[in-house]
Amino acid sequence: MNLVIREALLTFRRAPLLSTLSVTTIAFSLFVVGLFGLVAVNLQDALRGVAERVEIVAYLLPGTPIETITLAEKDIEAFPEVQSATYVSEDSALGRARGELVEFRDVLQELERNPLPASIEVKLTPRFRDAEHVNEVAERLRGFGFVDDVRFGRDWVEKLDRLRQIAAAVGLVVGAAFAVVAIIIIGTTIRMAVLQRSREIAIMRLVGATDGFIRRPFLLQGAIKGMLGGLAAIGLSYGAYVLINRWLLQVAFFSREQALAIVGFGMLIGLFGSAASVGRHLRRV
Amino acid sequence: MIKLTNVFKAFPKGGLALKDVSFHIAKGEFVFLTGHSGAGKSTVLKLIYAEEPVTSGEVRVSGFNLAELRRRDVPMLRRRLGIVFQDFRLLEERTAEENVAFALEVTGARRASIPARVMRVLTQVGLAAKAQASPRELSGGEQQRVAIARALVNEPTVLLADEPTGNLDERATRGVFQLLRDINASGTAVVMATHDLDLVRQAPYRVIELQEGALVYDSEVDEPRDQAVTP
Repeated sequence: MNLVIREALLTFRRAPLLSTLSVTTIAFSLFVVGLFGLVAVNLQDALRGVAERVEIVAYLLPGTPIETITLAEKDIEAFPEVQSATYVSEDSALGRARGELVEFRDVLQELERNPLPASIEVKLTPRFRDAEHVNEVAERLRGFGFVDDVRFGRDWVEKLDRLRQIAAAVGLVVGAAFAVVAIIIIGTTIRMAVLQRSREIAIMRLVGATDGFIRRPFLLQGAIKGMLGGLAAIGLSYGAYVLINRWLLQVAFFSREQALAIVGFGMLIGLFGSAASVGRHLRRV
Repeated sequence: MIKLTNVFKAFPKGGLALKDVSFHIAKGEFVFLTGHSGAGKSTVLKLIYAEEPVTSGEVRVSGFNLAELRRRDVPMLRRRLGIVFQDFRLLEERTAEENVAFALEVTGARRASIPARVMRVLTQVGLAAKAQASPRELSGGEQQRVAIARALVNEPTVLLADEPTGNLDERATRGVFQLLRDINASGTAVVMATHDLDLVRQAPYRVIELQEGALVYDSEVDEPRDQAVTP
């Protein structure tokens, strides 16, 4: 193992230019993937923020006894999809309207009788905030005898659904395309490193080195290059993130796990790229 | 030791590189493999060290039947052979010492034993004083000595030399040839492909001559002749 590590590290010293070139190539390839990842992460955040506002309101028939409502509230909160159910009385509905609809304050002030119904506002847990589940819960709410009407902005929820589907599809396709391009570029770079040492490989085989022995330093070296490239890509992405934050708009950065995933991805590409190149090379000589 | 029986070898693009070649080389023998360029000398050596597969016939080397040799057994065969080329095939960025040590390292020799073994073979080839030199700093003859040291360090039973003096001047040629004779004298079989007939005449060794892929003369089997046919 000692020798494997030494041989792997020697390459960086013997071929500093090519090694730097591979690390840089890997770094920039992953940087592009990372930038796209940042866009995806932020888009998701934004969509999640919008989805926060998905809410179902069940308007209650006037004169429903408060005990019934309290019990119903408990029932509704027990639905697996439901995060919270909040009772809003006629009075607090009016109070809220006065606060929110400033232009109509006078009109609302002069009312003799409160025209607003009491309601139960239902919020769904994040993963159920889509059209299908909203519909289902709304349907169930209608089943309560004291519920007069259920509203949830059907169009809006459906649009949100579509937006999410598009984001996911674009993310998957473009992300995969970027990843494939990165893999190809990185694979080519590593192949150059292997070819550069083809003479050495030939001599190793001549003096009786096993394929495994020849392969190992390359694998280690590929993994190290991939890891360094991944780290550099995170650095570059962070630079981009700082710039965007300062000059354009507030965005989020990768979580620690996501950053680690990028570095790990780089390492895996380095490892498998080397394995493929060396394997192909060994089969030919 | 090395036994070829009715060996044929086809060129990848058609035609035969070797036609029905059979010979047997015993332990400790010194054999010249002669013939024009393209006569098949290198091909014979490549078959012996399993660089290329035979098309038909049988090749046995040091207990291995090469037709049955799996790819992963090739390194085991090579560790019993020492191989030397016309172009030395040294690693330029390593010193003479490191080039020799390399052959031990890649075969998994005990690390502690390496420096002493390397020094011993470098001394044997007369280059102990230049252990730290890089190949660029060495003359052709010296580079070939490093290559021979590398071939010897694993204590092979056979040394295969493909035109080892082809790139050397006369003086260096004599030195390298003498070294090969000394190696043979200490018990290692040597198979040397060469078209240098002066060299062949200098020594009383067995000669196997190839012509267009066919074995045309074997001094062990055929009548002795005063002059080798090949100019």
